[in-house]
Amino acid sequence: MENKDDILEVRNLTINFKTYAGKVQAIRDISFDLKKGETLAIVGESGSGKSVTTRSIMGLNAPNAEIAGGSIKFKDEEILDKNEKQLSKLRGKSIAEIFQDPMTSLDPTMKVGKQVAEPLRIHQGMSKEKAMEKALEIMKLVGITNAKERINDYPYQFSGGMRQRIVIAIALVNYPQVLIADEPTTALDVTIQAKILHLMKELQTKINTSIIFITHDLGVVAGMADRVAVMYAGKIVEYGTVDEIFYNAKHPYTWGLLGSMPTLDTDADVLPSIPGTPPDLLEPPVGDAFAARNKYALKIDTLKQPPFFKVSNTHYAATWLLDDRAPKVTPPADIVKRQEHFKATHNN
Amino acid sequence: MLEENAPKILEVEGLKQYFNVGKADEVKAVDDISFDVYKGETFGLVGESGSGKTTTGRAISHLYEPTAGKIIFDGKDVSKLRHKAQKQQFRSDIQTIFQDPYASLNPRMKVEDIVAEGIDINHLAKDKEDRKHQVEDLLETVGLNKEHANRYPHEFSGGQRQRIGIARALAVKPKFIIADEPISALDVSIQAQVVNLLKDLQKKRKLTYLFIAHDLSMVKYISDRIGVMHYGRMLEIADADELYANPLHDYTRSLLSAVPVPDPEYERSRQAFDYDASKEDDGKNRKLVEIAPRHYVRASEDEIDMYKQRLKK
Ligand SMILES: Nc1ncnc2c1ncn2[C@@H]1O[C@H](COP(=O)(O)OP(=O)(O)O)[C@@H](O)[C@H]1O
Ligand SMILES: Nc1ncnc2c1ncn2[C@@H]1O[C@H](COP(=O)(O)OP(=O)(O)O)[C@@H](O)[C@H]1O
Ligand SMILES: [Mg+2]
Ligand SMILES: [Mg+2]
Repeated sequence: MENKDDILEVRNLTINFKTYAGKVQAIRDISFDLKKGETLAIVGESGSGKSVTTRSIMGLNAPNAEIAGGSIKFKDEEILDKNEKQLSKLRGKSIAEIFQDPMTSLDPTMKVGKQVAEPLRIHQGMSKEKAMEKALEIMKLVGITNAKERINDYPYQFSGGMRQRIVIAIALVNYPQVLIADEPTTALDVTIQAKILHLMKELQTKINTSIIFITHDLGVVAGMADRVAVMYAGKIVEYGTVDEIFYNAKHPYTWGLLGSMPTLDTDADVLPSIPGTPPDLLEPPVGDAFAARNKYALKIDTLKQPPFFKVSNTHYAATWLLDDRAPKVTPPADIVKRQEHFKATHNN
Repeated sequence: MLEENAPKILEVEGLKQYFNVGKADEVKAVDDISFDVYKGETFGLVGESGSGKTTTGRAISHLYEPTAGKIIFDGKDVSKLRHKAQKQQFRSDIQTIFQDPYASLNPRMKVEDIVAEGIDINHLAKDKEDRKHQVEDLLETVGLNKEHANRYPHEFSGGQRQRIGIARALAVKPKFIIADEPISALDVSIQAQVVNLLKDLQKKRKLTYLFIAHDLSMVKYISDRIGVMHYGRMLEIADADELYANPLHDYTRSLLSAVPVPDPEYERSRQAFDYDASKEDDGKNRKLVEIAPRHYVRASEDEIDMYKQRLKK
């Protein structure tokens, strides 16, 4: 590890998919860290590479995936060098995942108590009785009502929110060091979402897990994340603390994302929206992939990939607008408002 | 946007829509709701899944015979339309845009034929040439181009498919559009594009919308008035700004307190507000009461004062 506070370090990760139409360049040289105990949110439009990134951390890529380069270090172990047997030892024990649809991660034919107990039997070799006892404990912890009576029920007998709690119980039963949550609440109603998110935060402090949280809902990000990485077309284009991204964003794509989601005070006649659609990753454009949709684009954006410019020790953005030679531009009005707020509250 | 003294275009009166009536699995999907929608406005309908929003929309389109109550559209009781021409007019006047732009478009049909479906049914085109022109105009109206007419749905992104669905709805020149979670399946950046398009079309074509959604920030943004549903009942109706500024019903409060807001400081100070639904079933007789001008809440006689107090605070 480069830094002792990190639990996970991803460096220059590059992943392609072989398809009949050609090579999909899904992940194009991304690097990031996950610190012990923090929540890192990854945001971006669908197809930007969020799930492929996290699946590669779990060693769960599709058969047509080709890791073209880079490294993923979990503590001092290189994940990309592990074989399937070593990976499955890691999964469910040290690194666990929660998906959007609880039904895909639950076995519909198995009683829920047994499903929660199974990772304990597999990874810790616990006896049946001991594992069931522990399973019941964690089911209570995640707020399954009447856990004791419901341990022999099947997944279909639970509501969507309760099912997602069971998935969380399974993911957390071995106290993983890294939890990957891929749109875990997208399918739930807001009131239930709020409860699940609250629960995840509570459990995080209890067992000191680091979380990678994937979502397209910036409201959820604002409530969950310590740090945020913004992805676009297979690249990270900006990252920083949650306050830096929400109040002091520098990349026009981040501006676009923040602007297109109305807050409860938005009364603009027209919502700022990002025109067009993301590029085809079979042939990603040269330069800044966002240029074609970016009204702030400079000529150089279509010629040369911008490097990361440092905004603060924790905040970096890959946009030529931060180059000393770039013209000064005024961001959209809602972003200016956010930046003024940032200046007023963060004295730097 | 709603004009002063706009006339009512839709009146829903004591609507009940039950399924499997008399059986063990009877569902009171919509249970005695009443509300009006004015010409040119956007009426938002919110509430958790299963609260009866889609059923309300389908009942308004007269896809079901109501268990009880009346739906009056443009002054006429839709259950009492007898002439074929009247029925056909009604079916054109109200169109629906669906949540899932993937499932609602026939994958084997070309975009031209999808968009022209209503034109064909209602014989709205003089000839083939006219039909083609109409489709091309519609595609341009929704921000696609005429070359798209010869393609199939799978060749389009989610946002583009939703535009195709909107073009199809517009083809029969409706007065009233039911948009049932039209943006829930789309990416945030694309949601804004579609919402802008809907607002723009409303202005240009004087449309009235029933906008069903569970994203409460978007509903507030697009709606003039909002109704809150729960367990098949309408619990509160108010102007959009008023509802968010002064939610009266505990359920509305819990819903609003759960909306994630893209503002970290707000989120750090968020106070969750729990709602106990059992209160609604205490046997008291409740109906919508106008607590302040245009602000209605479902209340029993003895709760009215409490709500008036609540509003003063
Ligand atoms: N097995 C696969 N074969 C080909 N392309 C794939 C495969 N899996 C993912 N992709 C492509 O990789 C890109 C990133 O996908 P993904 O990580 O799932 O995006 P998201 O940010 O929505 O999670 C997309 O363009 C997607 O189509
Ligand atoms: N055709 C039907 N037959 C039986 N039950 C139904 C039918 N349609 C809807 N329901 C039930 O009615 C209730 C309200 O559903 P719906 O109107 O779809 O809610 P919403 O759109 O608010 O999520 C739910 O309990 C649903 O399962
Ligand atoms: Mg994904
Ligand atoms: Mg519905």
